[in-house]
Amino acid sequence: MLKDITLGQYFPGTTVAHKLDPRTKILLVVLYITALFCAKSLVTYGVMALCLAVCVYISKVSIKALVRGLKPVLFIIIFTGILNLFFTSGDRYLVEWGFLRISDTGLRNAVFMVLRIMLLIMGTFLMTYTTSPISLTDGLEQLLNGLKRFHVPVHELAMMMSIALRFIPTLIEETDKIMSAQRARGADFESGNLVQRAKALIPILVPLFISAFRRADELATAMECRCYHGGEGRTKLRVLQYERRDYIALALGVAVTVGVIVLRRFGI
Amino acid sequence: MSTMIETESLRFAYPADEGGEPVFALRGVDLEIEKGSFVVVLGHNGSGKSTLAKTFNGVLLPAGGKVYVEGMDTLDEKLLLAIRQRVGMVFQNPDNQIVANVVEEDVAFAPENLGVPTEEIRRRVDDALRAVGMYEFVTHAPHLLSGGQKQRIAIAGVIAMEPDCIVLDEATAMLDPIGRQEVLSTVHKLNREKGITVILITHHMNEAEAADRVIVMDDGKVAMDGTPREVFVRVEDLRAMGLTTPDTVDLLDRLKKDGLDVPLDALTVEACADAIAKAVAGD
Amino acid sequence: MEPILEIKNLTHTYGIGTPFQRSAVEDMSFSVDAGEFLGIIGHTGSGKSTLIQHLNGLLKPTNGQVLLNGKDIWAEPKKIRDVRFRVGLVFQYPEYQLFEETVYKDIAFGPANQGKTGDELDRCIREAARLVGIRDDQLDKSPFELSGGQKRRVALAGVLAMEPEVLILDEPTAGLDPAGRENLMANIRDYHRNKNKTIILVSHSMDEIAQNVDRILVLKSAHVLMSGAPAEVFARADELITAGLDVPQVTRIAMALKARGVEIDPAVYTVEALERELLALRKGGAVC
Repeated sequence: MLKDITLGQYFPGTTVAHKLDPRTKILLVVLYITALFCAKSLVTYGVMALCLAVCVYISKVSIKALVRGLKPVLFIIIFTGILNLFFTSGDRYLVEWGFLRISDTGLRNAVFMVLRIMLLIMGTFLMTYTTSPISLTDGLEQLLNGLKRFHVPVHELAMMMSIALRFIPTLIEETDKIMSAQRARGADFESGNLVQRAKALIPILVPLFISAFRRADELATAMECRCYHGGEGRTKLRVLQYERRDYIALALGVAVTVGVIVLRRFGI
Repeated sequence: MSTMIETESLRFAYPADEGGEPVFALRGVDLEIEKGSFVVVLGHNGSGKSTLAKTFNGVLLPAGGKVYVEGMDTLDEKLLLAIRQRVGMVFQNPDNQIVANVVEEDVAFAPENLGVPTEEIRRRVDDALRAVGMYEFVTHAPHLLSGGQKQRIAIAGVIAMEPDCIVLDEATAMLDPIGRQEVLSTVHKLNREKGITVILITHHMNEAEAADRVIVMDDGKVAMDGTPREVFVRVEDLRAMGLTTPDTVDLLDRLKKDGLDVPLDALTVEACADAIAKAVAGD
Repeated sequence: MEPILEIKNLTHTYGIGTPFQRSAVEDMSFSVDAGEFLGIIGHTGSGKSTLIQHLNGLLKPTNGQVLLNGKDIWAEPKKIRDVRFRVGLVFQYPEYQLFEETVYKDIAFGPANQGKTGDELDRCIREAARLVGIRDDQLDKSPFELSGGQKRRVALAGVLAMEPEVLILDEPTAGLDPAGRENLMANIRDYHRNKNKTIILVSHSMDEIAQNVDRILVLKSAHVLMSGAPAEVFARADELITAGLDVPQVTRIAMALKARGVEIDPAVYTVEALERELLALRKGGAVC
């Protein structure tokens, strides 16, 4: 069950999608999201889906892995879909069944909302699948560097993020272990009402928190021992440098986004 | 030979619980560790061996006395970074010392902190990974490796600082026999080929067999100090300190008490068999 | 003697239908007698952990069966929790699962889940604590104030308090120092002797296994490689070494002596036994 959470999972590779500068990829995702929220017709959604499909193809990430990423948010997707489907008033009702009515706008909205969330999630996941978390945080750190002047602790935030990402698999594994150990003592996580189920989590959460604090403490010592002393004077194994492919990718991204916005103005 | 680390009547106390007395973990330790040597520090849990290790690079600071790393006082805050670069530290839990999601980025962490230029970091990362035999895993995710492999990555992360000394603070305690062997042969190789001083903290007696020097800690003090042979023949003293002797020594000790003419200092299986075969034949 | 556990053609395959598909346990069959002290040894990845999680129903076999007192534990999936009370499993580093405010309450978790209450619950808790050497005055302490070795004892008591018929211990002494290891194993031996309960000890340490168990099961890459009394298994020391497994240091000395022409049975595995053999040899004067 816990293994379904693939957030922050990176599949190493050597495709162009992997090689792009992380800053480029972050900017592309921002453009992609902007375009996605501007899309309001089948044509523009089609364009966005096509863009995603091309990127997925280039990245050689398996569709299965992307779809698996949708699983944890399946509930939200279905919920949004149903809400839009039944509770949007429109000019024409396609189905009327008691108080449940499906309007033409409702159907349209439902389909588009579901498409939008799915495309949004798959697009961002594609970025995390093809970008190692460290280069992702590197990219973010570089993009936000200007904010240091306003005393925003950019390096510290980036470091926190990369460590959090590094420990996600470790903590998931640990949770599995603790759950098995408590199950062996007769813990029951599957039955009972909401209150009972919440209470059943205590034997998992307490050890998990204690262990997380212990890990944090040991990691801090280990980092100090490796001469960590904040962002000052730090160099990088990988220096980020925009290359031709980055400019091309960004140009394409801007073109698509502008295109979608223009189409929207024409009501498409 | 010159001195790598020197302690002078070193004392250390952990802060007390409310109302209690502070607990002294080190009560006057005087040691001199030579450059290029392979030193094993033994002791039961709570003997102070791990505390001692943590004073060697200023993770813990002396409450009394001094620790000098290549002549630098660990109490001098300005020297702390230089000291930590000279003395690298590998800890018990491999999961809690790996910072990055990709092997090479983890190994690069220390040189990045030290401000080493990018091309130089690349070279150091590759060299360090080759030195621990993990080069083929350069782009792997560390959490998918075995315990022994993770510890070798941690060692590579330390080597990348180009230190003169590595301290392994019970770094083999959580490993299976294969992982333990991987780590041991790696540090022996580093000691032999690169002349790096190795200080190995452990409670596995057989890890001390190939050391130059064995230090036994008990109750915050140095209880024994000598070559493995000199230390392990003191069977009764070791037992009294909650430590065991290798089975080879135990057997020789019993046979000697039974009246057989055998030496006590045949530590390895082969040497032990030789000694017994000789004694039995000459009987 | 009656087998208490029977494992029949057990297979467990992870990641079916993915490129990572692999069997951690493959067509394994063996049985465990009531009251037996069984040792299981094998490398990391030999299938030990997967195997033991089948014995108390934490994992469900892909194929094959686990019989407890002759009955398939999955015959009634709804009653699988009862199996977990009857087959107690102590995981590796069990001290990391402690969560209650006091030692007493933490030990109570298992037996209370079992439905024990009142005096019976109290008796189980106190007896389990006594078995692992936790003093009465420590029961009201927070488990997090105890030393590492004591925490592990509390965790062990938490399983013993369920009064299981079979006790499975996964690397119970990992990370302890020699004195701590010996003390804990002495507690476990006493428990076995006095209660006459079945124990399955999983360990990396050939020495620890050799000194404690009646029978050894050697696992290698998802299969049973050997099974037999320690002397039988160590008589095949060469095979063990070829399989990349350790043999006790004493056995290695005996093998080296044999290679040097000393007439000795190389299947000894304790210092005392080898000492006896050597002394007998001297008295008999059978030296070549």
